[in-house]
Amino acid sequence: MTFINYAAREINCKIVYYGPGLCGKTTNLQWIYDKTNPQAKGKLISLATETDRTLFFDFLPLDLGTVRGFKTRFHLYTVPGQVFYDASRKLILKGVDGVVFVADSQEARMEANNESLQNLDKNLKEQGYELKTVPFVLQFNKRDLPTALPADEMYRQLNFKGEPTFEAVAMNGTGVFDTLKAVAKLVLTELKKK
Amino acid sequence: MATPDLVMYEEEYQQIKDTLQRLQVDSNSKIVFLVDKNGQQIAVHGDMRGVDATSLASLTAGNVAATDGLAKLIGEKEFSILFHEGERDNIHISLVAQRVILVVIFDDRSSLGLVRLRVKKASAELEKTFEVLLRKSEEERGSLSSRFDSPFAEITDEDIDSLFSE
Repeated sequence: MTFINYAAREINCKIVYYGPGLCGKTTNLQWIYDKTNPQAKGKLISLATETDRTLFFDFLPLDLGTVRGFKTRFHLYTVPGQVFYDASRKLILKGVDGVVFVADSQEARMEANNESLQNLDKNLKEQGYELKTVPFVLQFNKRDLPTALPADEMYRQLNFKGEPTFEAVAMNGTGVFDTLKAVAKLVLTELKKK
Repeated sequence: MATPDLVMYEEEYQQIKDTLQRLQVDSNSKIVFLVDKNGQQIAVHGDMRGVDATSLASLTAGNVAATDGLAKLIGEKEFSILFHEGERDNIHISLVAQRVILVVIFDDRSSLGLVRLRVKKASAELEKTFEVLLRKSEEERGSLSSRFDSPFAEITDEDIDSLFSE
């Protein structure tokens, strides 16, 4: 749910990073936070456990500048990836404008990727959205690992509707901004249609 | 879409700000803050120095969403009021018109009773404003030959690319 404030000439959009546990959602946000100008970002909030696993969400507000006289602000959220936090994941999807699915490239995690993608589909439906229509970008993370599956094999298994897909190594920033840019573009293009 | 987009217009924005200002004075509180259920800040009144407004908005919404989830689990429709008591400052959170969250931060110069009383009055005003606001944006969406031009209708790829030029 985009919030357009004509009085303050601001537009706010919500983007959610989804994916299985330990796939690198928080790492994506951390990289964006580290590499963004201080005046363009807010505080990175992490509601995490003592072992740094996301408990509820991470949150990063980003000011992207002005489009047609409107200040454009993106709110980036991650969900907790672990299966048993499903109730929290549903809450975070409320009012989402765009979704990034971060998949773990390791062969051993493909089942978790598939499960998480199905979970996303189901939870979006519960909120009244369709994965088919919601702005959606796919990221294959951890491409640097020796156990990574070939990208075309992952594409075959995970790509849902021909959505933009990026190979990434979130630890060193590879593909992180490309992914963000792609989803932001889809969200703004969606606004155009309304 | 599950919930229609929230669109804010000048007139209602001013009304909301006036209501918040009155509430802040009447309840003798420090900050009065209005957030939408998805964590977007709508308006604020009071001394925000040293307070990260964006984080406050997103955490409040997370808090309300989690409490809402708890309510459903035990078969309640919602918990319409949340109150957090601190050593110095307290936070009073309430739902308005089922879609926005009113946050009042106050210290010992006020009291929970006073805040609750004033919040009730302000909520009624805000509910009316949001009713008008929703109707207005419905109408805008409904009319095909809308006089109202979305600034995003003509957004170009260059506009979007320029956001990422740095």
